[in-house]
Amino acid sequence: MTVDTVETATKTPEQPQPWAELGLKANEYERIRDILGRRPTSSELAMYSVMWSEHCSYKSSKVHLRRFGELRQETPVGKLLAGIGENAGVIDVGEGYAVTFKAESHNHPSYVEPYQGAATGVGGIVRDILAMGARPIGVMDSLRFGPHDAPDTARVLPGVVAGVGGYGNCLGLPNVGGEVVFDPSYAGNPLVNALCVGVMRHEDLHLAKAAGVGNQVILYGARTGGDGIGGASILASETFESEGPVKRPSVQVGDPFMEKLLIECTLELFAAGIISGIQDFGAAGLSCATSELASAGEGGMHVILDRVPLRDSTLAPEEILMSESQERMMAVVEPADVERFMEICAKWDVQADVVGEVNDSQRLTIEWRGEAIVDVPPRTVAHEGPVYERPYARPDWQDELQAATPSSLVRPSGGDELRSTLLRMVASPNLCSRALVTDQYDRYVLGNTVLAQPEDAGVIRLDEESGLGIALSTDANGRYAKLDPYLGAQLALAEAYRNVAVTGAKPVAVTDCLNFGSPEDPAVMWQFAEAVRGLADGCQKLGTPVTGGNVSLYNQTGETAILPTPVVGVLGVLDDVERRTPYGFRSPGHIIYLLGETRDEFGGSEWAHVVHSHLGGLPPAVDLDAERELAEILHSASRDGLVSAAHDISDGGVAQALVESVLRHGVGARVWVPDGLDPFVFLFSESTARAVVAVPHPEEVRFTGMCGARRFPHERIGVIDDEGALEVQGQFNIPVDELRRAHEATLPAAFGE
Amino acid sequence: MTFPGSLDDGDAGRAVRIADGDAVSLWHGDADLRGVDAVVLPGGFSYGDYLRCGAIARFAPIMEPLIDAAHGGMPVLGICNGFQVLCEAHLLPGALVRNDHRKFVCRDQRLRIENASTAWTSAYEKDQEIVIPLKNGEGGYVADEATLDRLETEGRVVARYLEINPNGSYRDIAGVTNERGNVVGLMPHPEHAVEELTGPGTDGLGFFTSVLESLVAA
Repeated sequence: MTVDTVETATKTPEQPQPWAELGLKANEYERIRDILGRRPTSSELAMYSVMWSEHCSYKSSKVHLRRFGELRQETPVGKLLAGIGENAGVIDVGEGYAVTFKAESHNHPSYVEPYQGAATGVGGIVRDILAMGARPIGVMDSLRFGPHDAPDTARVLPGVVAGVGGYGNCLGLPNVGGEVVFDPSYAGNPLVNALCVGVMRHEDLHLAKAAGVGNQVILYGARTGGDGIGGASILASETFESEGPVKRPSVQVGDPFMEKLLIECTLELFAAGIISGIQDFGAAGLSCATSELASAGEGGMHVILDRVPLRDSTLAPEEILMSESQERMMAVVEPADVERFMEICAKWDVQADVVGEVNDSQRLTIEWRGEAIVDVPPRTVAHEGPVYERPYARPDWQDELQAATPSSLVRPSGGDELRSTLLRMVASPNLCSRALVTDQYDRYVLGNTVLAQPEDAGVIRLDEESGLGIALSTDANGRYAKLDPYLGAQLALAEAYRNVAVTGAKPVAVTDCLNFGSPEDPAVMWQFAEAVRGLADGCQKLGTPVTGGNVSLYNQTGETAILPTPVVGVLGVLDDVERRTPYGFRSPGHIIYLLGETRDEFGGSEWAHVVHSHLGGLPPAVDLDAERELAEILHSASRDGLVSAAHDISDGGVAQALVESVLRHGVGARVWVPDGLDPFVFLFSESTARAVVAVPHPEEVRFTGMCGARRFPHERIGVIDDEGALEVQGQFNIPVDELRRAHEATLPAAFGE
Repeated sequence: MTFPGSLDDGDAGRAVRIADGDAVSLWHGDADLRGVDAVVLPGGFSYGDYLRCGAIARFAPIMEPLIDAAHGGMPVLGICNGFQVLCEAHLLPGALVRNDHRKFVCRDQRLRIENASTAWTSAYEKDQEIVIPLKNGEGGYVADEATLDRLETEGRVVARYLEINPNGSYRDIAGVTNERGNVVGLMPHPEHAVEELTGPGTDGLGFFTSVLESLVAA
């Protein structure tokens, strides 16, 4: 095997190179030649091609994402300890604790190989959190599939769910929430977004850098194999065509047991104080880790590639540099600490090898069998990739879509029709019980899970003494975003914010996972730009900074893009998790209140989708001031014990919220339609900034007094009882058992129980 | 006790503390029980469970003194993966196989305590019903008919699943004990039901108070 060395490259400037096959454009290849003053070696070409891919370089999204950097780097409870740009932002949550959280997509690999694609998506985001010095304490997964009854969904969904569960369960991280959404636009391109949250003490924050000339570069964890080669550039940056090469070998294979050892080993290394710099291995493997570490520190690094332990000795150096083998980390360690480092790794049976050294050459140099195969300025690989101002334009169909309002759709009238509509809605794929999925996830491990799915948000205790804890929710509505991407992103933010707020937590920070079609399509680029603008404006208004995130583009099949899907994750803080508010109705006699204003809003609604397969008009209005007011009411009510249950109102409206609240503990409820409201609008409208709460009778005066003082709309709409039915007075009565059967049968029937 | 891949070791320690005991961490690589009075083998995926669950953990250095101590009467509780380890180590009869529906399952499970005289169940009444979390991928308890009959006649079925059998266990068996009643294996997780805040209730606490009472009495 001949190796393409720096010397050869200098001597053979005209040798043709497969830059196009590696996903580079002609101008990008030319730029690499300019940077180096010669043609790149094949190893250098491999590195640049993966690091300059859309997935790693954010070359199409960067110019828009800058808006997030302009937000105030402060949350309602304190300063950011690390902002966007690190692996994950770090938030001060008080009492000396800091929390870091981030979401990441693994969409394309999960379509090709659902189990491993999803599993390694969880593994990757967990290592991101670990690299900040935090102990991972929970995961969530935001999943989107094609129609629930499509044959390919029966292949993809069980594999993805088993992969998320198989990896997370084996790592010992509770899965506390997420989403499962079905829509035809995801049929050839499912979305698998995984979120991880970690906690640390302030003093344990670690940032990736390779400071200190002479410091040793240690690769530890799994051996490097032939899996995931080119995964980042090839899988994540190309759309799925029906024809084309088989891509299966590009998907990485996960080993959660190794990752568990890596977590415990890494945390012990941090505790020993012997890590000067650290980088997880994500997309682009060694290419990424070495160039990122080198450019963050003194600016130079020399790596001896022969020292990388291999699973397959026949791998070429280019493949070693591109391999995305999982469960690997790279640390920079002072020479005097190497022995102690190796001892700790040995304790956890984790392989570790010194593969290089930090220097001040301003170059990243890599040798293989004694010859130089890479000699590049590391920043040009890691941070100075191409940046595109892609053209974007409001698509010509947008006006037509918005003009096709749902006002002409036939609405149910009378008790019988409302009753059957409600039963049809609660059984519909996007509103039915997710137990089939979530029962495959361990929510109990670590013993700090206070709330988990199906609750509105996951709540995790951080401190057993003080009760300090966090709440987390992820949300998105692709139909809303299609109707108006600016509002759609704000609606996702508003819903996640509200979901955190109903638990009694104070929402403080945002992460995102922006899933869109091809950036080369101006219509898609417009959707993306609008969504980013909407999210940034929304975050500014709510005072919640975006602390990190992920962009996934090229989510489309042929020319057809997915619904624009900006998934937004919101983190909240609870001073004492004992005070959290669950959503289930439990106590007969407690009064049911509807908070917020209900308007006739059905654009993009679940009702229009389920009953009429209609998508048109405008999504519900966004009122972030009202969201903020509602959150403060819910926070105060939880702190003062004024509510026994609180449930966010979103998809499916009040009807869905009432059904879920009743089913949680199997009690009944008697509800009446407020004066002046149409029963159908009352039950199914998706107006925002609303919640359903249960108020113990003795607290009613204080509660309504608080809402009144804040001039926030609040309406007494019912009472919890033990009659075993949901009754809407004058309209219909449905026994709880019948509701439960309707709500719980759909997914088991579709996925073979 | 922590093996590589143990996950619920911290929870088991917390449960012991809530029951007013002192929790001592034991490490798989040490051949030393550090003077403890009882041992909990926690849930998780020891060594990734890539071979057979618990099959590698049973060869850990610490298992030698543990097996000796168990034969000498020390209370040992194996939960989930710990139950699998105890079966692999032949401290308990039978084996645990992949769930009959082939999926991991996590649910709040109702059980009936059938033997309230073991070192780990004396705080319960016989036939008391409790609800504690269950979470496993390979929790189906199997044994040959003769063994199952013997377990039944000797009263060594410690707990049985009620309402549904979540994993295909023979005769709905959720937990068994050895002849002496000091070694108990249980597939569901009592350590996840020791606080109202984080569990479905506190029904699991009895396992930990039982062993502390029996040790104080002895």
